[in-house]
Amino acid sequence: MFARLNLIFGGILGSVVLGMALLALVWTPASPVAIDPINRLSGPIPGHLFGTDEFGRDILSRIMTGAWTSLSVAFLTVAFAVICGSAIGLLTGFYRGWFDRIAMLLNDALLAFPGILLALGIVAIIGPSKYGIIIALGIAYTPKVIRIVRGTVLSLRQKEFVEASRALGNGSVFTMLRHVLPNSFAPIAVLATSLFGWVILAESALSFLGLGVPPPAATWGNMLSAARPHLSTAPWMSIIPGGFIALTLLSINLLGDALRDWLDPRM
Amino acid sequence: MIFNAPQPTLSVSDIRIGMRGSELIKGVSFDVHPGQVVALVGESGSGKTMIGRAVLRLLPDVIRPTSGDILYHGTSILSLSQRRMRALRGEKIGMVFQEPLVSLNPAMRIGRQMAEAMRLHTSLSPAEIRERSIAMLRRIQISDPEACLAAYPHQFSGGMRQRIMLASVMLLRPDLLIADEPTTALDTLSQLEVLETMMDLTRDVGTSVLLITHNLGLVAKYADYVVVLKQGEVVEAGPTRDILDNPQREYTRRLIESVPTRDPHQPQLSHDGRPSILEARNVVLSYDQGTALWARRPRKQVLRDVSLAIAPGEIVAVVGGSGSGKTTLGRAMLRLQDIDAGQILYNGQDVARRADRQLGDFRRKCQIVFQDPFSSLDPRMRVGAIVAEALRHERGLSARQRRERTEQVLSEVGLADYRRRYPHELSGGQRQRVAIARAIVSQPDVIVADEPISALDMTIQKQVLELFERLQRERGFACIFISHDLAAVQQVAQRIIVMENGTIVEEGPCDAVFENPQHEYTRRLLAASPMLARPSETRGNEKREEPVNE
Repeated sequence: MFARLNLIFGGILGSVVLGMALLALVWTPASPVAIDPINRLSGPIPGHLFGTDEFGRDILSRIMTGAWTSLSVAFLTVAFAVICGSAIGLLTGFYRGWFDRIAMLLNDALLAFPGILLALGIVAIIGPSKYGIIIALGIAYTPKVIRIVRGTVLSLRQKEFVEASRALGNGSVFTMLRHVLPNSFAPIAVLATSLFGWVILAESALSFLGLGVPPPAATWGNMLSAARPHLSTAPWMSIIPGGFIALTLLSINLLGDALRDWLDPRM
Repeated sequence: MIFNAPQPTLSVSDIRIGMRGSELIKGVSFDVHPGQVVALVGESGSGKTMIGRAVLRLLPDVIRPTSGDILYHGTSILSLSQRRMRALRGEKIGMVFQEPLVSLNPAMRIGRQMAEAMRLHTSLSPAEIRERSIAMLRRIQISDPEACLAAYPHQFSGGMRQRIMLASVMLLRPDLLIADEPTTALDTLSQLEVLETMMDLTRDVGTSVLLITHNLGLVAKYADYVVVLKQGEVVEAGPTRDILDNPQREYTRRLIESVPTRDPHQPQLSHDGRPSILEARNVVLSYDQGTALWARRPRKQVLRDVSLAIAPGEIVAVVGGSGSGKTTLGRAMLRLQDIDAGQILYNGQDVARRADRQLGDFRRKCQIVFQDPFSSLDPRMRVGAIVAEALRHERGLSARQRRERTEQVLSEVGLADYRRRYPHELSGGQRQRVAIARAIVSQPDVIVADEPISALDMTIQKQVLELFERLQRERGFACIFISHDLAAVQQVAQRIIVMENGTIVEEGPCDAVFENPQHEYTRRLLAASPMLARPSETRGNEKREEPVNE
């Protein structure tokens, strides 16, 4: 019953945000980069539904184009981290041995860095661009995924059904993919949804430091950081992108719960 | 010992317990008199544990008594304040749980855990507490009590832990002890030790015992009075001997029948020099115990030069206490564990040192049924897929043939319509049937059954055992039946291997071993096995003294 509600609310919110992002690819109310100097830092007025920023750019249009950038960065980063992390976690946890030891040593070293610091270093090397950020954040969050997947796999490989698979004559690759991987979906799904939120915030932090997606392209993160000096005079500048980040996270979390329930045959 | 004294220690009168409107216990009444041992017997789900917990008011919040009363020496337990209830728990009413592994705190030394209750309920000095703990440990024959106090729970076996648990509960000399399946998690020998200890200690103090169990074999030996429960209702109650010899109700009769009795066996097939299908020859196996802080710990010897040959179609039972190496032997013979030295011969060929992918037919033709049906089935797969997976390596089988074979085997184990179910939707017995179906679908030559029924209820045990026997008769696979339960073994096996400490100490045809055990260890195992003597042979000497009227 609750699973249904998760799906419905998460789905509605998610499709609104996604629809907005897709619409921005073909149409926005105004150009997201057009400057309107007369209406700088204006509140909601006709023509600028969500007001304007410090250059007089239309916030609604920037939110819409920013949605596409933010969502695609977050999605690709999470996909990168989850795929790499799951693969490494699965292999190291399942086969153990020296490969596992070395990988875990490196992984622990990486985990000791705050993710954002690691990403910062990597962006500095690759250079700030959309794909640079995706790779940097992806690498920064992979160790967390490795840890969690490996832990799950370690406990699963002790289970008798895994041994039963071996006793049936199945090869280790088959056992790993058929029995171990599906049983670790639940923690991976939960992790992926929370990663999504972290990535949106991390991207905005990088933008804030000037290492995010370079201006004038809009992302929710760099809109938020641009709004900071005007917090007292033009609060909508931060409230609107902040609100969209919050709504997106809510929708992702609800969808994540629904996904987890759907994947679990016991529900 | 006063049997019909005016006031019982515990009196449960028409108690009803419900959860969210549904009634779980439907009016149960019984009395426990001072010094008496009363057994609550029933299968899982009968509500026996719930009643035990209700006496201590340890039920979860959503489950509460709706009517009736529980009187302890005439005062209602249900209306006591939390404070007075806490004073009662431990000091007056002690409780022992099923899992000694869980009920002792793994991070606390034994000494502190034993002292805990005394610190709470008495005003003894630490020195006195220590003295009493040591005396108590000596009483239960722990060899080095002082070292024991400084040790952690994991350093003891399950049976030892349970005895220590008992000792610490009995230190406070409660006048009622509630023992909830105190021996279910233990092997046969430890079961006996724990129960003897329990009876000893309670007799010392004159404590009454409420023994909660699914095992009627135990009851026969120790209880004075039996209450048989089914789905929250009393089916039958009365003095133990009456109930066992003359059960009035069908359900009780079924419970009694599911306890194996010693019956001389029908004539048996013997191992008459046929070539063996699977054989272990001089197998040695040890575990690496990891490194201690500096030095490498010595390897733990699990199998020391064990040889065992199984003829086609033969059922061999491997019996022994926990730690005897019986499970390891079974797994080694299936190449699920690598051996240090020796040979594993399948159809005369040594497979001990082959890599997994060179095993060929071996994996398909030698199957295993695990002990715990809750962890041996992949929770994400449907029953049909689980069974069909065993046919993956069967050559030249179309998808349709595969499905037909799966369905046929499932109906053979009595689960014809369960193909689309998930394991969590099945009961323990049904899950074990799925595991058996998975093992037989590839028409194996050998099945290793590793304690296949020990995790199940008594009545279910019987059904699964019968199913197993029938399938073996029909399909003629050879079987290594690993068990700590001699009673179950004698029902199915033709030959018995007794293992202790990694070696085979006795071997012979089933009846010979039962009638005339040669080795001391076998004799001890036999004596400890909870079997019902048939009504003619009474076991009065093992029961408590008969109550005397005053």
